[in-house]
Amino acid sequence: MVQKTAEELAQKQRDISIAEFFEKNRHLLGFDNPRKALLTAVKEAVDNALDACEEARILPEISVELIQLEETRFRVIIEDNGPGIIRKQIPNIFAKLLYGSKFHKLSATRGQQGIGISAAVLYGQLTTGKPAAIVSKTAPDKPANFLKLKIDTQQNKPQILEEEEKPWDGKDHGIRIEIDMEGSYLKGRQSVDEYLKETAIVNPHTTIIYTNPEAQQTIFPRATEKLPPEPKEIKPHPYGVELGRLMKMMEITEARTLQQFLMTEFVRVFPGTAKEICQNSALLPNMKPKEISRDLAEQLFKGIQKTKIRAPPIDCISPIGAELLEQGLRKEINAEFYCSVTRPASVYRGNPFVIECAMGYGGEQDSESVIRILRFANRVPLLYQQGACAFTNSIQNTVWRSYGLQQSRGSLPVGPCTIVLHMTSVWVPFTSESKEALAHYPEIIKEIKLALQECGRKLGMYINKKKRVGEQQQRVNIFENYIPEVAETLSKLSGVEKEKLTAALVSMLAKNKEYIEAYKVAHEVQKTEEKNKEKQIELGEFDE
Amino acid sequence: MSKAKQALEKLGKELAAKILAKQVPVIDIPIRALSNVQYNKKTETLELGNKKSERNFFHVAHAKKFLQTLEVAAVSKELLEEGKHASLRDMFYMVKRTIPNTKINIVDDQIESDSALEDLEVVTNFSREQLNINANKMGSVAGHVIVEDKGDEINWAKMGSGGWSIPSNVEEIIFKKVNAKYVIYMEKAAVWERLHEDKFWEKNNCIIMSSQGQATRGIRRLLQRLSNEHHLPIYVLADFDPWGFYIYSVLKYGSINLAHMSESMTLASARFLGIVAEDIENYGLKKHLITIKDVDVKRIKQLQEYEWFKNHKGWQNQFKKMLAFKAKAEIQALSSRGISFISEKYLPEKIKKGEYLD
Repeated sequence: MVQKTAEELAQKQRDISIAEFFEKNRHLLGFDNPRKALLTAVKEAVDNALDACEEARILPEISVELIQLEETRFRVIIEDNGPGIIRKQIPNIFAKLLYGSKFHKLSATRGQQGIGISAAVLYGQLTTGKPAAIVSKTAPDKPANFLKLKIDTQQNKPQILEEEEKPWDGKDHGIRIEIDMEGSYLKGRQSVDEYLKETAIVNPHTTIIYTNPEAQQTIFPRATEKLPPEPKEIKPHPYGVELGRLMKMMEITEARTLQQFLMTEFVRVFPGTAKEICQNSALLPNMKPKEISRDLAEQLFKGIQKTKIRAPPIDCISPIGAELLEQGLRKEINAEFYCSVTRPASVYRGNPFVIECAMGYGGEQDSESVIRILRFANRVPLLYQQGACAFTNSIQNTVWRSYGLQQSRGSLPVGPCTIVLHMTSVWVPFTSESKEALAHYPEIIKEIKLALQECGRKLGMYINKKKRVGEQQQRVNIFENYIPEVAETLSKLSGVEKEKLTAALVSMLAKNKEYIEAYKVAHEVQKTEEKNKEKQIELGEFDE
Repeated sequence: MSKAKQALEKLGKELAAKILAKQVPVIDIPIRALSNVQYNKKTETLELGNKKSERNFFHVAHAKKFLQTLEVAAVSKELLEEGKHASLRDMFYMVKRTIPNTKINIVDDQIESDSALEDLEVVTNFSREQLNINANKMGSVAGHVIVEDKGDEINWAKMGSGGWSIPSNVEEIIFKKVNAKYVIYMEKAAVWERLHEDKFWEKNNCIIMSSQGQATRGIRRLLQRLSNEHHLPIYVLADFDPWGFYIYSVLKYGSINLAHMSESMTLASARFLGIVAEDIENYGLKKHLITIKDVDVKRIKQLQEYEWFKNHKGWQNQFKKMLAFKAKAEIQALSSRGISFISEKYLPEKIKKGEYLD
């Protein structure tokens, strides 16, 4: 066996570009299989389009088209009416991983990381070798930019293959992206169809026009002309930063003193609070942030935890609102009873968040199977990893029997019901980069449960009322069917005309619907007594 | 027009009048349950109390029973009009049908129509025999008696090996000639056949009667008539076990289900001839006992508590002894002493000596 020297081995050691890394680990971004890849590509493009429209205060109108080119090859075309992207930024946004506007700020947008759409471009490039085609137009009087882009995976840099500037007829502004990729089209719970349907529920201000590979067109029209309020950007709350991030922030800050740093980089820190933090950390307020060592940073970190700081402002997040959420649900789920609730804002790890819940009960829904759960985070449907999600676990750990649904201990309830859960936050904690399941923070779980219980109570009241009305109707039905029999038999026995007896009994029944109900209660006691007696006879106390 | 038919029509007319007056149709039915049955020390019979339960048509839990009671009444009225008799099983099928627009049958089981008929008995105060419904025929009789039944003259002494089979309705029977000193009613048909083959009734000038187990209504009524009209002592021959004792108890004091008919059924003069605890020693039956089970013990303890046995020293003695033996004995245990031991020795001796419980 030939031994190798460290120098020889060093020849193989080199940088790994982020693009190369994801090329090998595409499952981390939601491209694990052809079916999911198709969905993820659509999702990333639609999420970006919605974010852009809302930021530019434009009512979104998005068209999604899937064309099957070969058995396992699809062309994904997404077009929006957003503000467009200026020429200079197009290559970076679509063909460079971890490039974006949303990672460095805290606001309730759909995208967070700057990976999504470029990952879709990368996936298309990997599976078909073809570039992505982008068209962008920023104003009615300007021509559009047509670009064909690839990602240089070694350097994580965009590569422009073709470029052209020409008019885009009939379009004022917007983006159109075309990606060819390997995929598989199936309908069902984790399909593009379902994703768009659910997106329409939580984005009632959006119109989506969808053409599936079978060339069938579905239009999800908007339910309201009102745009949600623009998500506001906030600075981090001191409770929300980890030690490493704190050190990084001190390195790059422009503040000259520690007190200034605390006041300018964080929300809810005023001179008094800043001094208190310094005191609690045994640090001087006029120290230079850049000179604070790791050990001192840790002191500061602990000092922050010791100091009482006001909760972050909550006007930076904009929930859908109970009413609009219910409207959205009504549009897509055919039920007989709807209810919804928006919880007051709450805070986890210094991040403000709001939980919303809506329910649709009855109608055409299957009463024998497990309830349907629609999960959303910042208005984005979550279709995968339902079992690992804090939403699902909170439903499982809520007692549903008292609300009129069947449930065996610790599992999802059974009944003709759909539950919608939505979390809005400046930073939604997911269990992984592919953003499929909500992480289990106790503060979040508590809020989810409160929302479920509040909605559950409304649902329970409806179901119980329905049951009561149903039972009474059944009772009335019994008598309606018995009356002709009694009349006929009694007529034989008494010689009184059958018709007279029937008429009298029917009019009594009509008058006595309430009476029947009241009588039942009054005689419940007697009924139990009778039952006891019957039991005695059965026991053979006396026999013959 | 028969009184029974009048009673049924009265029930119908009252209900119809209530309905036409827009009053809630309700039938009051005396409760036939342990809680509404009392022992009357004076008459020594079980009597039905005054507690009544309402059967209201406009009550979910009552509507069906209300209808069942009416149906049974209508069928009975029809039978009375046509002068025909039906069995309990016939009644079940005459009432049974599905209510239109529903999956509900007026009756699903014969128990329901039987129970409705018993309700009708307490409401109208007429027995089901008077309402032209007959139970199954059961039981045989033999002896020097001549009766007339529906115009036929029947001699109980000349009925061959099977004897005369007792009809369920004995109300219309006329006794032409009764030549007997006493009646023996026995729990076992096999024992009756033994005595019949041995011509026991001829040799001892008595009447022998049996059915299988509990006495039917027809037999109880026949025994009562022989006792009342001809003053014959009635002896009961049953097993030495709680069930044998209870057969005697029902014959003498009545039963809960028929407490409303105690008057026409009970036999205050009935005497329990055997088997008793003393017989086991006197006739050497010790080797032929059967061990009692838990259920027997439980039943004995219930019997001990019955009001009519509670202060009866003779009976309490029997119960105690049975518990002490931890054993019971069948009548047929006597056969161990010879096939005709019962007819040649046991019965003549017991009756001669007057060894019985009452």
